[in-house]
Amino acid sequence: MTATASAARRGLSDLAIRNVFIIPTLVFLILINIFPLFYSLILSFADYSAVSGKPPDWIGIRNYRELLHDPHVWESFYITLKYVIISVAGQLVVGFGVALLLNRDIPGKGTITTLLLVPMMMSMAIVGLFWKLLYSPSWGIINYLLGLKNFVWISNPDVALLAIAITDIWMWSPFVMLLSLAGLSAIPQHLYEAAAIDRASRWFTFRRITLPLVTPLLLIAVIFRTMEAFKTFDLAFIMTGGGPGTATELIAIKLYNMAFPQWQTGKSCALAYILLIMIIGISNIYIKYLNKAKER
Amino acid sequence: MAAVESNRSRFFNKFAIVVVLILMVIYLIPLYWIGSTAFKPRSAATTVPPTVIFKPEVTPFIKLFTKRVQLRKAVSKEKYEKAKWYEKSVYDGGERIIANSPFLNRLINSIVIAGISTFLALTFGTFTAYGFSRFKVKGENDWLFFILSTRMLPPVVVAIPIFLMFRNIGLVDTHLGLILLYMALNLSFCVWLMKGFIDEIPIEYEEAALVDGYTRFEAFWKIVLPQSATGIAATAVFSFITAWNEYAFALMMTNRKAQTAPPFIPSQLGSGMIDWTTIAAGTFIFLFPVAIFTFLLRKHLLRGVTFGAIRK
Repeated sequence: MTATASAARRGLSDLAIRNVFIIPTLVFLILINIFPLFYSLILSFADYSAVSGKPPDWIGIRNYRELLHDPHVWESFYITLKYVIISVAGQLVVGFGVALLLNRDIPGKGTITTLLLVPMMMSMAIVGLFWKLLYSPSWGIINYLLGLKNFVWISNPDVALLAIAITDIWMWSPFVMLLSLAGLSAIPQHLYEAAAIDRASRWFTFRRITLPLVTPLLLIAVIFRTMEAFKTFDLAFIMTGGGPGTATELIAIKLYNMAFPQWQTGKSCALAYILLIMIIGISNIYIKYLNKAKER
Repeated sequence: MAAVESNRSRFFNKFAIVVVLILMVIYLIPLYWIGSTAFKPRSAATTVPPTVIFKPEVTPFIKLFTKRVQLRKAVSKEKYEKAKWYEKSVYDGGERIIANSPFLNRLINSIVIAGISTFLALTFGTFTAYGFSRFKVKGENDWLFFILSTRMLPPVVVAIPIFLMFRNIGLVDTHLGLILLYMALNLSFCVWLMKGFIDEIPIEYEEAALVDGYTRFEAFWKIVLPQSATGIAATAVFSFITAWNEYAFALMMTNRKAQTAPPFIPSQLGSGMIDWTTIAAGTFIFLFPVAIFTFLLRKHLLRGVTFGAIRK
């Protein structure tokens, strides 16, 4: 106590240090994140286009009403939901499956794991770009390896969404794998030994020991990927731009089209707010689980 | 019984190893393909069946950095002889170089913007992380939650009002504009990750230093910072990669002067005949550093992707 007190006399007091260290960050984040959000909340009640030069025309909640009655918006939400389910389920199966396979003594395990993690660190836009090359119908490597002659992926409304999801699965399964491996390696070995003594079957051991103990980390992986898949913009925008037609018009792309090429500023602010509320909901759940994992 | 069981599990182990190796090969095919296409002659890039064996050349990279026009007639032998090696390889493709392409400029933009924003985010982030780690802050968890939640916002959602604000103050298509946005993006990440690293440094070190007559700031500067050097390095690399990879803000906020590489490379697709070797070359240059960084970071990846919540 005396040490702190005398230190305070010589330099800045702890309280001052704390404020100097923390406040600039908070102010900056509020200025660049929260302030714009207030701005767009206000604009969401206006009929306004940022390029028209006309002042905003205040129309109350009409933007919101119109959006919620717009079948195209609902279609976008439906496409997004489909995309989230395919891509997250795919990542969960591949990622957890590979983690189970990797969870043993394998020569060069570290190198293998790191190699698998490389795609995850790459730019989604650039990954999307080169997967377009892989998906090329006539000379793409995917059709060649799978023996699909001239099968159309990207420009085919039936499979374009799946094609994007496959790329996403390729990129992000390693993320699920990484978290699963962390969970698996934390399971105490003596539990398995006890199960072996009791002659528990492989399946029983998996269901009663492995699964319950990795679930917390798997849950974090799934919620995080759900949130990211829900927000997907880069990958789909580069690969299909929302097309063909509106087959892959995810909600983020719909919002982008409304806000920038079409310049429906007021209405897009309203849609942004609807999205924002959904994201806040999911991220609340996510951060809650992160904190839980931290306490363990 | 035990022997049978262990035989079975030995078999299972071998089986798992084989499956993992096969999966890894499948996983690496796309990466191999992009790397090899970047060195292919244009005619070999789009063949059926795909060309696997070819004489590697750097023409795609030369094309990436230059603007070219079609040759109307073949170059005279004399001129060809005098040309530099990179000009020759372009002549061989029936084109000539007229100017530099903006690619180098976009790459420099990427490096400058990612570098400065990382430095700023890391500086502020480390201070803030120390503040939260060592002092009592009223509503600490709420503030930390707020900081993290700013990271969860989809770029498209924030971009609309920010674009309007930037337009008013003249920050659209400027380096400063993107630096501020990327700094915000990385700041929350730096705070969370650095807080994890600083939490691990025993508080006794600082207390001892304070007893020895250090001021609080000196204790932070001379004890805590050197102790968290690894953490700072890992956080810096993560932040740099995030800013380097960012696409959505760059697409919406820049178009020429301050444009970074991610929106530029796809724009090269353009219309007409697509030269995939050039695009592959751009992709290769852009992704290669990230692959290297991933290897350097491998011990901290888990921590990085969970905002420091899970440590190992």
